[in-house]
Amino acid sequence: MVVLGVAGAFLYLGGWFNPEALTPGRFADGFERVDGIYSGFRRNHAKGVCVSGSFESNGRGTRLSKAVVFKAGRVPIIGRFSLAGGNPYVADEPEMVRGLGLLFKLPDGEEWRTATINTPVFGVNTPQAFYDRLFAAQPNPKTGKPDPEKMAAFLASHPETVQATKIIQSHPASSGFENSTFYGLNAFWFTNASGTSIPVRWSMTPAQPLAPANTTEPAQPDKNYLFDALIAGILQQPLEWHLIIAIGQANDPTNDATIPWPDAREQVDVGSVTLDHVESEETGPCRDINFDPLVLPEGMAPSDDPLLSARSAVYSQSFTRRAGEKKLPSAVMPSDARK
Amino acid sequence: MNVATEQRQFTALMRLFHWLTAALVLTILGIGVAMVASLADYHRLVSIHRPLGILILIVVVIRFVNRHYSTLPPFPAGMSPRWRSVTSASELLLYTLLVVQPVVGWGMLSAASYPVTLYGSIHLFPILPHNVMLYAVLRRAHTVLAYLLFLMFLAHFGTVLFHTWVVRDGTFSRMAPWKVRAQ
Repeated sequence: MVVLGVAGAFLYLGGWFNPEALTPGRFADGFERVDGIYSGFRRNHAKGVCVSGSFESNGRGTRLSKAVVFKAGRVPIIGRFSLAGGNPYVADEPEMVRGLGLLFKLPDGEEWRTATINTPVFGVNTPQAFYDRLFAAQPNPKTGKPDPEKMAAFLASHPETVQATKIIQSHPASSGFENSTFYGLNAFWFTNASGTSIPVRWSMTPAQPLAPANTTEPAQPDKNYLFDALIAGILQQPLEWHLIIAIGQANDPTNDATIPWPDAREQVDVGSVTLDHVESEETGPCRDINFDPLVLPEGMAPSDDPLLSARSAVYSQSFTRRAGEKKLPSAVMPSDARK
Repeated sequence: MNVATEQRQFTALMRLFHWLTAALVLTILGIGVAMVASLADYHRLVSIHRPLGILILIVVVIRFVNRHYSTLPPFPAGMSPRWRSVTSASELLLYTLLVVQPVVGWGMLSAASYPVTLYGSIHLFPILPHNVMLYAVLRRAHTVLAYLLFLMFLAHFGTVLFHTWVVRDGTFSRMAPWKVRAQ
């Protein structure tokens, strides 16, 4: 009886008695049910291309955080541009969410990884809402379009998503990856050398000139047009973004990625991200990297935003699943674009 | 201290190592099984799991060396030679699992190219090259070994309870955290 009791306690901890609870595994199952399984690809942001370059810190970040990455100097970067969704062969559309994952390799063996997207706020503020929205937006196999009633029901119980969508729509997408601003969305804590901690959010603003997306044409001629333009851009000259740290104040929410902080918050340009090399996922360094947003150097820490731990858990689950699978060719091949 | 007491029990240091290992291993198994099923606490639990695993590796290696230089009490008098060898083999398997499991954890993080962060900026060097196929194999092995370790613990725990409450041969007192007087 005692032995069974101990075994039972472990099964309880493992969630075996609560089959309805959302776990990292069930989250990944959700992506697979909605988008299908594409062997070797990420369960979300499946379509992508590898980039690399460097981060040149101007030293201004050192008063915010003691993280080694902010000391003046240059560190190498591995990155990955992507489109949201689990289908790695999807045709590029201007309104699709664009992602940029970055890994900063610090000289002492530490790393900073961040996964950013091109919307100023996130559409949901809890893991459960993300999961529910995934199914509310699932295309009906007959019509190929999401069921409007399901989405209406979701929005009726998620006013924060309605608010966030308004904010996202007021920042229309740019013409391509190269002139998109990428946002870290979640709040983090920075601690500097004297022990002062501040809440922050970060974003990367492009040095490339802005141009609005062309949404008037019904269909883009090339299904990789966003990636092809990115590849052509990098091959022409290195692309550059400024890493901007926004400093939150006492009442700014750190646990709700749907709510923006006021524009008046202090913004510090801590350096520039330069991407000068592009490669396919097969030959590039990014495919086998998990851009887990909680791989942080000393001097950075997660906030109380519930999305952060969940992102770490689900990215890890997706990584583990695809790691052991046969890797299929990516739709984006920079060597083709060069021709 | 009389000689009979010394012979009946494992040395104080061995008993300390035993109970320390027991507490650490039960904790890390509980954290491990909970973290893989958790979204909200995943990061917090992983951040404890990693350094705890390395701590267990260090404790078990020291414990094994200490055992080598210590005098073990004899087996209970009524124990058959066959059971003695089963007991010795299961002890060896437990020691092996306790060393292999943290090394597999360290190796799998290395193969996945995760920084093996212990605390703050303190991290371990990778022990394997970045290879996700290797990661996938080691990640599965880590789960299988964890269940095996847990089953070994249940068997060990159940056997000792059986000996103590049913056979009443004083097996527990050999490893009791307190000093047991000779009868």
